[in-house]
Amino acid sequence: MSALLAQTRTELGLSLRQGEQLLVGIGIPLLLLVFFSTVDVLPKPEGVDEPIDFLAPGILALAIMSTAMVSLGIGTGFERQYGVLKRLGVTPLGRPRLLAAKIAMVLCLEAIQVAVLVPTSLLLGWEPGWSLALALPAYLLGTAAFAGIGLLMAGTLRGTVTLAAANGLYIVLLLLGGMIIPLSELPGPVATLAGLLPRERWPRPWARPSRRGRRPARGPGSSWPSGPWAHRSPPPASSAGSDRSHQRTDLSGQRPEVRGWGSRPEAGPG
Amino acid sequence: MTVGPGRDPAIEVQDLTVRFGEHVAVDALSFAVERGTIVALLGPNGAGKTTTVETLEGFRRPDRGTTRVLGLDPITDHAALTRHVGVMLQSGGVYTAIRPPEVLRLFAAYYDDPADPEELLERVGLAAHRRTPYRHLSGGEQQRLSLALALVGRPQVAFLDEPTAGIDPAGRQLIRQIIADLRTEGVTVLLTTHDLAEAERLADRVVIIDRGRVLAAGTPAELTTADDTDEIRFGAAPGLDRLALGTSLGATVDEVSPGEYRVLAAPTPATVAAITAWLAEHDLALLDLRAGRASLHDVFLRLTETADAAAVEAPDGSGGSGASAGRGGRRRRTGSRRGRGA
Repeated sequence: MSALLAQTRTELGLSLRQGEQLLVGIGIPLLLLVFFSTVDVLPKPEGVDEPIDFLAPGILALAIMSTAMVSLGIGTGFERQYGVLKRLGVTPLGRPRLLAAKIAMVLCLEAIQVAVLVPTSLLLGWEPGWSLALALPAYLLGTAAFAGIGLLMAGTLRGTVTLAAANGLYIVLLLLGGMIIPLSELPGPVATLAGLLPRERWPRPWARPSRRGRRPARGPGSSWPSGPWAHRSPPPASSAGSDRSHQRTDLSGQRPEVRGWGSRPEAGPG
Repeated sequence: MTVGPGRDPAIEVQDLTVRFGEHVAVDALSFAVERGTIVALLGPNGAGKTTTVETLEGFRRPDRGTTRVLGLDPITDHAALTRHVGVMLQSGGVYTAIRPPEVLRLFAAYYDDPADPEELLERVGLAAHRRTPYRHLSGGEQQRLSLALALVGRPQVAFLDEPTAGIDPAGRQLIRQIIADLRTEGVTVLLTTHDLAEAERLADRVVIIDRGRVLAAGTPAELTTADDTDEIRFGAAPGLDRLALGTSLGATVDEVSPGEYRVLAAPTPATVAAITAWLAEHDLALLDLRAGRASLHDVFLRLTETADAAAVEAPDGSGGSGASAGRGGRRRRTGSRRGRGA
């Protein structure tokens, strides 16, 4: 067996063997998805009738975050703390193949998540918009961004600190990242802060924002990650007071005025 | 396949200096390891053993000096070198949830011509722990697995950092046997230890280091014969009348530690008989008696104590002349020992 294949199999096998990995990667997203789509307690963005239409893309974003940032970051952090990375450094495996194996592991886990979460969402009545051509790049870009954060923590903090920081960031982004609670519902200063985080719109390739016959949002400006993590955040000038109305505009299916990578090349990758 | 030209030493360390900020961990260290031999780097904690080995493994860049393993530079030729060296870290280095056969098969996949993971598992006595995750193995079992991982790539050179530290006697015995077998297989082994018995029993050559410097080097026999001194050591009840005994023997008697005495006299049968007679006269039991060749333990203690004393006289950074005098003094001692031992 080739070194890369063996490494990928090991990384994947060890991840799946951990109960907490399955909990954070599948259990929590599934629970949030089913609970909040059947118990209508969360606020919905204006123009969205069914909770599932807002929740399903957000939960997929959450799933990316849990695998690419939390699981990868914590796992790699402890591998570093326990000398595993050091030991691998004196084998012929080499850094490129180790990284390739980790990427493959994350993508496999995400495929499992999608295989569980998308059919569940569809069963719960989700009617995705047909921008699947953008779904894959958005998924990959989100994965790259969150894996970058996870590995940055793993490479600079102690294992236990990475554990705490990754979980803390997970909770913060769950609440403020527009994944289950629309940014428009957050109080002013918090919404401003949340505007600097990876945005709720970025899993929107799947979103059909309204069932009132409006066209779903298209194009990088509306559907690609626009947080500071994958690339630079939206200009602060567009946040604050204008942010709330902007969110509504976006979620109702209109193309936003100034947002994201495609429309702001000067705010490219940071 | 043998990497590097001909029969050059497998490991060469020339004038190696490694600093951590202000602290000099390894100070102008030089030694070589011939192919197919076992060399022990022996020294107290903090002597610079691990730093030296980690520099040879390519983890650290020397501040000065050169290192070569199989004729290759551990940093610039790292990728080529990893195919021919096996490494046992002092601790850890294995996924905590992985089982022994899994990690052995994984590591075997890294190499072109690996050893059979199943055979290795038997060899290190872990066949009964096939289902036990690494984190649930005992310290000794973890060390044995780590040794197996160092050997799975059929290395030409094995770096073993404190391979038996904190291990029960049976596990220690097994590890020592495996290391001894490596010599017959032609593997070059550099191991670090602060266990003198281990160095004496296992190594073809011993390099004693302290404060990052070589204090002495040679075969265990050379080092201990070189330390041959005119003294007899014996054990008896503490607090003997040393003056009375000394007068009786016509020699100086020290109590080097409670209950351990040193008589500064040639170990002739007459002197030994006189000691036992004096003890019999005072109805005192003789607990042990050693004359002639010192143990490596004695050599080690004296060398490191001398180094400590020199360091106290000339603490680091107190001035160039004092420090160099201390170093020179130690070098002279080392040189004279080598000369006598040859």
